[in-house]
Order: sequence, then C-alpha cells, then structure tokens
Amino acid sequence: MSTTVFTNARIVDPSRNLDEIGSVVVQDGRIAAAGASALNQGTPGGAEVVDCTGMAITPGLVDARVFVGEPGAEHRETIASASRAAVAGGVTSFIMMPDTDPVIDDIALVEFVLRTARETAAVNVYPAAAITKALEGREMTEFGLLREAGAVAFTDGRRSIASSLVMRRALTYARDFGAVVAHETLDADLAAGGVMNEGLFASWLGLPGIPREAELIPLERDLSLARLTGSRYHAAKISTALSAAAVARAKSGGADVTAGVSINNLSLNENDIGEYRTFFRLSPPLRSEEDRLAMVEALRDGTIDLIVSSHDPQDVDTKRLPFADAADGAIGLETLLAAALRLHHNGDVPLMRLIEALSTAPAKRFGLPGGTLRPGAPADLAVVDLDEPWIVREDEILSRSKNTCFEGARLQGRVKRTLVAGRTVFQA
Amino acid sequence: MTDAQPLLPHRHLLGIRDLSPFDIALLLDRADAAVAISRRNEKKTSTLRGRTQINLFYEASTRTQSSFELAGKRLGADVMNMSVASSSVKKGETLIDTAITLNAMRPDILIIRHASAGAAALLAQKVGCSVVNAGDGAHEHPTQALLDALTIRRAKGRLAGLTVAICGDILHSRVARSNILLLNAMGAFVRVAAPSTLLPSGIERMSVEVCPTMRDALRGADVVMMLRLQRERMAGAFVPSTREYFRYYGLDAEKLKEAKEDALVMHPGPMNRGVEIASGIADGPQSVIQEQVEMGVAVRMAVMEALLDPRRNPEGAAA
Repeated sequence: MSTTVFTNARIVDPSRNLDEIGSVVVQDGRIAAAGASALNQGTPGGAEVVDCTGMAITPGLVDARVFVGEPGAEHRETIASASRAAVAGGVTSFIMMPDTDPVIDDIALVEFVLRTARETAAVNVYPAAAITKALEGREMTEFGLLREAGAVAFTDGRRSIASSLVMRRALTYARDFGAVVAHETLDADLAAGGVMNEGLFASWLGLPGIPREAELIPLERDLSLARLTGSRYHAAKISTALSAAAVARAKSGGADVTAGVSINNLSLNENDIGEYRTFFRLSPPLRSEEDRLAMVEALRDGTIDLIVSSHDPQDVDTKRLPFADAADGAIGLETLLAAALRLHHNGDVPLMRLIEALSTAPAKRFGLPGGTLRPGAPADLAVVDLDEPWIVREDEILSRSKNTCFEGARLQGRVKRTLVAGRTVFQA
Repeated sequence: MTDAQPLLPHRHLLGIRDLSPFDIALLLDRADAAVAISRRNEKKTSTLRGRTQINLFYEASTRTQSSFELAGKRLGADVMNMSVASSSVKKGETLIDTAITLNAMRPDILIIRHASAGAAALLAQKVGCSVVNAGDGAHEHPTQALLDALTIRRAKGRLAGLTVAICGDILHSRVARSNILLLNAMGAFVRVAAPSTLLPSGIERMSVEVCPTMRDALRGADVVMMLRLQRERMAGAFVPSTREYFRYYGLDAEKLKEAKEDALVMHPGPMNRGVEIASGIADGPQSVIQEQVEMGVAVRMAVMEALLDPRRNPEGAAA
C-alpha cells in the first residue's frame, strides 16, 4: 500500500466548494482525504510526505476538446506527444476529437485510440466519436455500440452539421443512450469562405469575414432542437455575446444544454492577428474585444460551463501559407491553465470558478471520473504555483507542433507536478 | 558613406498604410521626373544597372506586369518574368518555398501579385531583397493608388481638399483600399458609392462618406474613380444583373453631370464597358484612363528606384 501526503497546500476543489490550506492524502492511486482536516488521524505510517508550501493543489484539468493527429497525421501530434503536452499543463484527462484519418466513426477506431492511449499515454484519453459517418453530416454513426466501446461524447469535431433534419435525428437518437452531442456551430454557407471575424479589421486586411450570425443561427437551431427532443446538447465552442445570450435563454427555458469556450476566445481578440499571423487563425475566429469580455462574463456567471484548450496541432505545411490559405487551429494544452489564470490574477473570474470550468464541470458533463479531490476519486491532480511568472518559449513546447498563440507571452502560474491515478507523470 | 539617409525609410512597399504623407509626396515628386524620362526618345537610364528584378505574378495581369517590366527596363535593371503557369508553382510548391528558391538567385527586388491578402507581407519576411506588392487579394495595391494620385495631382495641381468619389465593388477591391488610405493621408475627401452587397463591413469607419446613391457621391466631385466589377459577381451573387448594375452604378453622361464640369474620370482597368462605365465616358474628354497607364510606369520607376536606393544597401554590405 503506497501513500503520499501533500501538505501545507492551498486545496482548491470546486466539486466540494473547498478552498483551504491543508493536505491531500493519496493512497493506492486514489484520494484518501483532501482538505484542512485530512491529517486529523495523523500522517499515515510509511507515507511519503511532500511539502507544498506556497503551492495550490487542484483536480487535474479535464480538457473536453483536443485534436490529435493520430491516426493519420502523426507528424503533427500523436496520442503520446499530446499526453506529454497535457501533463505539463496539468491536464490529466482529455476528450479526443474524431477528426482523424480515418475518422473515429467506428468502434474499431475507438478501440484503437483506447489501446494506443493505454500503451503510450500517461493521461486519461477519452475518445469522442463522430455524430455522422466520415463527418459528412449525413448518416448517423452507431451511437450505442460506440458508446459501449468507450466513446464518451458525439461530435463532428471541426465540422458543423448543416442539415437540421440530421441534427434533429442525431439528438433524438442520442437521447436513447443518454449521450451528449457536442457541436461547433458554423453556417458554412453564410460564412462564405470567411477566415476571421467580420468587421473593420478584416475589411482593412482584405480578408473575408465570418459574421457572428454564422455561429448564432445554427446554434439557435440546435438549442431549439435540444428543447424539442429533450436531448443533452453541448455548444462546444461559442465565441460571441449573441451566442452566450442564446445559451442563457435556452438554459433558463430548462433545456439540458451546456456551453464551452476556447481559452483563445477568453484570452485574445481579432487584433492579435496583426499582420496576417496564421497561428491566430482559429475556428471560431478571434472576435472583437467586446465579444471577449462577453465570454469572460458568461464564464463568470455560469452561462458558459467549461473552458477547453481546443488544442489543434498544425504544422508548417498548413500554417506557413498566406492567411486565407492556412488551416485553423492552435495548440493549447500546455498553456491552458496559465492562460486561464490571467483571468484570476486580473480579478475577472474567481479562482474557484476557473478551476471548476477547467476540471469539475467538464468531468461532470461528460460523465468522466476526475475533476474532483473527493475521497475515493482517482488521484488525478495538479500541484500549481499560482504566481510563478514564465514566458512561453517555442523551444520548450512539448507538443509536436509549435503553433501556439502564446509564443513569447508572459504568463503567471505554472504546473509543478501532475499526478494521474496517484502516479507522478510530470514534475517541473 | 557617411550619414546619408536613404530616400524612403522602407525596404519594401507592401501597402499605402506603411507610408507617411512625406513618403507619398516624395514618390510622387520623383514619379513626375520619371514621366519626363518616358517621354524622351532615349528612355533607358542606368539607375538600376546591374540590378535584378523578378516579377512573380500568380494572377494574370498584362497591364500591371508589363508596366513593372517597362519600369525596370527603363531604369536599366535586368527583368525576369516568372511565369506561374509553367513553373513549379503549378506543381504545388508553396509561396514560401518559391520565395526561398528565388531568393537564392539573389534578386534585388521582387514584384509580387497574388490572390491571397497578405501574400506580399509573407514573402517579405522570407527574402533578403526588396518586395513590392503588385496586388494581394482584396488587401492593397499601393502602386495603383500612387499612379492614381499622380494622375490627379498632375491634372489638378494638388490632392488636398479635393473630393474623390470611388464607385463600384469596394468589397473586393484592393485598389479602393489603397486609394482610401492614400487620399485620406494627403487630405482629400473620399466618398464611396456601391450596392450595399459590395461594401465591406465597417466601411463607415474607414474615413469615407458612404453615399446612398451614386448621384450623391458624384455631386460636386473633383474626381470619379470607377472600379471593375468581376464578371463572376455580376449574375445574381452580389448584384442581380449587369443591366440593373449599370442603371444604378454605371457611370453614364447623366450621372456624370452631377460632378464638377472638369471632374476627372478614372478606371484602373481593365474596363467592362457598359457595365460600370459607358463607352462614351471612358473615351470622353474627362477620361484620364490612358494617362493612368502612362503614370503607372513612372510611379513604378520611382518606387523601385527609391527602394533600391544605394544608400540603403551600399556595395559590399550584406543583403
């Protein structure tokens, strides 16, 4: 029986609304106790004691939206390399998007991901399966069998389903299995080849813009269908004040709806694109500062439930191109927590709410073990120096792709140690 | 080589946005001088003798490409036209790889035309020579704005205080963007008129007066600049038909009456006669469309000469 005790730490556990100085006792891969009174019975005999004075301990982060290049684009990212990046960022579980080649739309692929993760990854990797075969937006996948095989959610990843009928049937059918359907909404027709937020800045750059309504219109459709079908719907990445208002309305109407936001839309705005910097070409696009502030507010008030890194490794072949020809996406696993902590340090969002949105809320929504320091839970946790300043350097990035929006950024808060099932998988 | 300053504080010309009013005035003054050279029998100078100019045109453009070619030759440079159709570009080589390859041939100046906004800026980051943007997507076309300004200045004696109406497909037009920037920098008043489907988002914050009709835009204007409407945008996508477009936004004698009697009529070419401009107007007494072409060569001579000022890259210094 192996026991480790982390003492003198600031324990932040949103699952119990607990923020106090205390200890975490890890026994055989599980949390035995966490909090101020964790050592009331005295330090267990033979335990390894780790002094965490000045550190915070939070549940390991649960990232509900991670794109990996395996299978099909291993030069961008493998499950193993994504896992290394994850643990360095305090992420102990992630949901892997089905946009691989081949697409995760078949139980064989779910099994492949789970097997590869078991053999090569230090973190918990949960595959999401496609809603429609080959992400084509037409025929449903085998929700039941995929779920039995281990798919934790259904999403068409980067793709948005155009057909209202397909969406209605998918939501209806998913209800029979209690599965969450997660969807990034974009009306591709209305977006009309747009590559950044529509507005003055895009107009000066001569780039076609994506109107906010291209996200809103299919989102409102989905929210109506979620109400109609009584299904569990997750708006995967919203980016505008209009979308947040739509989600808030649906929630107050009683629909089983949640929403996520990419850390990029909480941290950056369209001006960061500057002179055609393709690393800032994202989907949804970086919006105006007013929209960013609306995202922060919606996160604070709970309209937005969870934050995702939307980790999307792209290589020079897809990014070293003129802006309009480049691919969307940025990596984010390693910087997720530190970028989110900006909102804590500048007083925008309380620490407890941030950690909840990064761990407890996604775990709860997708029915995953982690996201808590409750006794009996798997010992997935992060030891964090909330105040340590650091600068993101390209040559220190562990992800196989280097397309970060935070290169050279000054961040505050660094992961010192990450545990998955009680095992230290990262130590700074 | 003591403390001599180069003519322009820039190595590249990527857009009007990067130029100060002083830079613009200097280029126009020098282009004025270049006009005289082009009107001589002996048109060749030795300003850029021994220098290599490469024209890299990803979009076909007879007018602009030959204008840059002539400008280079009149300055004595060796000019090479990279034909995209027959090069490795067609085989899928990326812009940056092409740039790196061309850069290894040690040109002094690269002229690029590309369908993607930002392509010229991207190229400029990867090469050691000067880069001139000859049009990148809907972003900028700085030498066109300079040649338009030169044409206006020679006809009107000034730019400041003039009212310039820009009419047509502003949404997709790099010419419009560069002209809006330049004319505002030089103190002119800019009006725009177009069907709302052809106006970019945020136009009202681009320092222009957005006019509800073309007549409003033309009223009392000193200059009328027409823009080309791409054929694929005529039939239903942005405007329902060419005849409806001509009715409301084509420049005809009736509408032109609204402008000052001596107003200039301009068009960057190539024209769609009977779509955005009536033939009689294009060939009429107020049209300076031919002058624009002549000024194009002069402006490009001035730009290349200024960018390749030996005070920037003295002989022996690393490129």
